[in-house]
Amino acid sequence: MCFRRRNTSNLIYHQTMNIIKYKSVFLGISALLVLASVIALSTLGLKIGIDFKGGAMWQVKQVSGDVAMNEGTLKDFLGTTLEDKNFVMFPADDGSYLIRMSAISEATHQQYLQDLRATFGTIEEGQFQSIGATIGDELRAKSLWAIVYVVLGISLYVTYAFRKVSYPVKSWKYGVITLITLLHDVIVPAGFFAVLGWKFGVEIDTNFIVALLVVMGFSVHDTIVVFDRIRENVLNHGGNTKFEDIVNKSVNQTFARSINTSLTVLIVLIAMYFFGPATLQYFILTLIIGIAMGTYSSIFVASPLLTISRKLSRV
Amino acid sequence: MKKQAKLILTGIAVVAVLAALFVLPISKKPFDFGGKVAPWRLGLDLVGGSHLVYEVDMSNVEAKDRDSVMGGLKDVIERRVNLFGVSEPQVITAKEGDSHRLIVELAGVPVEEAIKQIGETPMLDFREVIEIGTSTAFLPTQLTGRYLKKAQMTFDQTLGTPSVSLEFNEEGGKLFEELTARNIGKPVAIFLDGQPIEVPTVQEKISGGTAQITGKFTSDEARKMVERFNAGALSAPMSLMSQQTVGASLGQESLKKAIDAGIYGTLIIVLFMLVYYRGFGLYASLALVVYILLTAALFKFGVTMTLAGIAGYILSIGMAVDANILIFERTKEELKRGLSRSAAIEEGFRRAWSSIRDSNISTGITCLILFVTTSSFVKGFALTLGIGVLVSMFSAITVTRLLMYVFSTKEHK
Repeated sequence: MCFRRRNTSNLIYHQTMNIIKYKSVFLGISALLVLASVIALSTLGLKIGIDFKGGAMWQVKQVSGDVAMNEGTLKDFLGTTLEDKNFVMFPADDGSYLIRMSAISEATHQQYLQDLRATFGTIEEGQFQSIGATIGDELRAKSLWAIVYVVLGISLYVTYAFRKVSYPVKSWKYGVITLITLLHDVIVPAGFFAVLGWKFGVEIDTNFIVALLVVMGFSVHDTIVVFDRIRENVLNHGGNTKFEDIVNKSVNQTFARSINTSLTVLIVLIAMYFFGPATLQYFILTLIIGIAMGTYSSIFVASPLLTISRKLSRV
Repeated sequence: MKKQAKLILTGIAVVAVLAALFVLPISKKPFDFGGKVAPWRLGLDLVGGSHLVYEVDMSNVEAKDRDSVMGGLKDVIERRVNLFGVSEPQVITAKEGDSHRLIVELAGVPVEEAIKQIGETPMLDFREVIEIGTSTAFLPTQLTGRYLKKAQMTFDQTLGTPSVSLEFNEEGGKLFEELTARNIGKPVAIFLDGQPIEVPTVQEKISGGTAQITGKFTSDEARKMVERFNAGALSAPMSLMSQQTVGASLGQESLKKAIDAGIYGTLIIVLFMLVYYRGFGLYASLALVVYILLTAALFKFGVTMTLAGIAGYILSIGMAVDANILIFERTKEELKRGLSRSAAIEEGFRRAWSSIRDSNISTGITCLILFVTTSSFVKGFALTLGIGVLVSMFSAITVTRLLMYVFSTKEHK
């Protein structure tokens, strides 16, 4: 094997797109998505999982038995057996059923299991969780604090990262726009989960919060790559070129790396979504939506906003 | 220079091969050292088992005795779960605000029996020792932990040797007086959960409700004894606050699926890098393989892998090539500007560095905060992702650079 000099024309190059010129289209798409998400969040709300409010989650699967376990028979059984009549039951994709009810003791759990076996024969338990209300409250408080700390940490970091740029846009504006795109990137998956919760009863748990925090980290990283280039080009071109053109050029120059760096992350996430364990599915889905939004916003939202903010300050 | 680079590269290759042997489950001699030296530590969600959180009601226990009671309870619970042969049980005491907690982790199934036992309040009782020939029998007495007010560690004033003093309530004092009167010169056994923990010999009839156990023990042993007595004496009932149990088959299936997803994801990334970046992609792929092996070996040394931890690891694989992409894109730009190949590569590495550093910092911040502020399951994710980000900066930059330097800049030598 040997590696020889390769003609650079073999490498793929992108044609220039005028993103700044069509910014109203791109920003419009984002505005619509954010608006839809805000409406979904405020009208439908998020379904809070047992992590955050306490409760029990039980996964059972019939291995063999005279009475076939299906949604109907299981619902009848649960209706007569469970003390909590407000239980929720839904089928999982591997033929097992998930039952959610208020928190129960281990003794009660064993009693239910015994009753279940008496009715449906051999039963395999996938998972059982029973979380007391106190623990739920604590986890919720911890998650909220984690969000506060991450936003704070990232804001500090962004301020630091852009401390040197001040021309022709003030450095704090880079920071504010980075945080706006960050908000954009987490609101959309949150809105999506409001819809999932309403349509399929999907609940948000600790993993959901963790996914949003990871999305925040990614969002900033994508935006910084583009802004970094704008900074460099502004220094090189000085005042000779129109700011809009510099921004457009910078976005185009960094286009391939923005897409590719996100693409490799999305590849593993999509592999995990389709082939990975079912328990992680919604965690991965949150990451996929958030990271896809982060890539979109770093290219089509952050830079257009930068040119708008400059225009506004000149008026 | 090139010779040196080749040497380092060979070193990295050797380490990578060793890491592979260490990480992969090979049972053939002499390559089976990986499993012996440091077997994979898998979390409960992968092997199946229970994560239990108990709250200990300390309302009847004085503030200064609480730590001792917690120590005693921990000891009692450990003894109980060990009886069930659960592998590597973990019992941790924790304090959240004013609430005292015991966190119990039991791997493997069935755990129902163990859970049933854990919830019981420890049983302390005194038994008479009867020797018939060569066999010893223990005769239960009325005196149980219920009559014991508390235990305390004391030190002999002159010798400084530790001893354990017991304080009974009025009724207990009388029972103890009768018990000692019957057994002067004979041993009396103290049982915890049906197991003898101490068999002191009675020196005299003891009235007044207080007694002292002396002997040749260290202060650590004395403290342990005090904790055990207190756990059985003081009324500190435990209640189960939360329980998470995962069936063994679900755990194994999750593990298999996660590994499969990681392999598919890695293969697609390698394919993408080869198609898009051609020769450069090959270097990135090799660096990625080195990255995967090194981090896996690192995790094997001390990280308990949970499902979330594996997710963080796989996610970091997707991020590991990001640095390469930034470098290659920059190199392509420099080539376009008319730089020679080796100069373009040099420039690509130099100028991409600030982007690579900056982009990893924000993820690092998130991981750090998650690791500090959250508990077990999320911690695993933050830890593996965080370590991954750090190692990938080394592998993607150093390893790729060495590879490119050795193989790609030949003509300029």
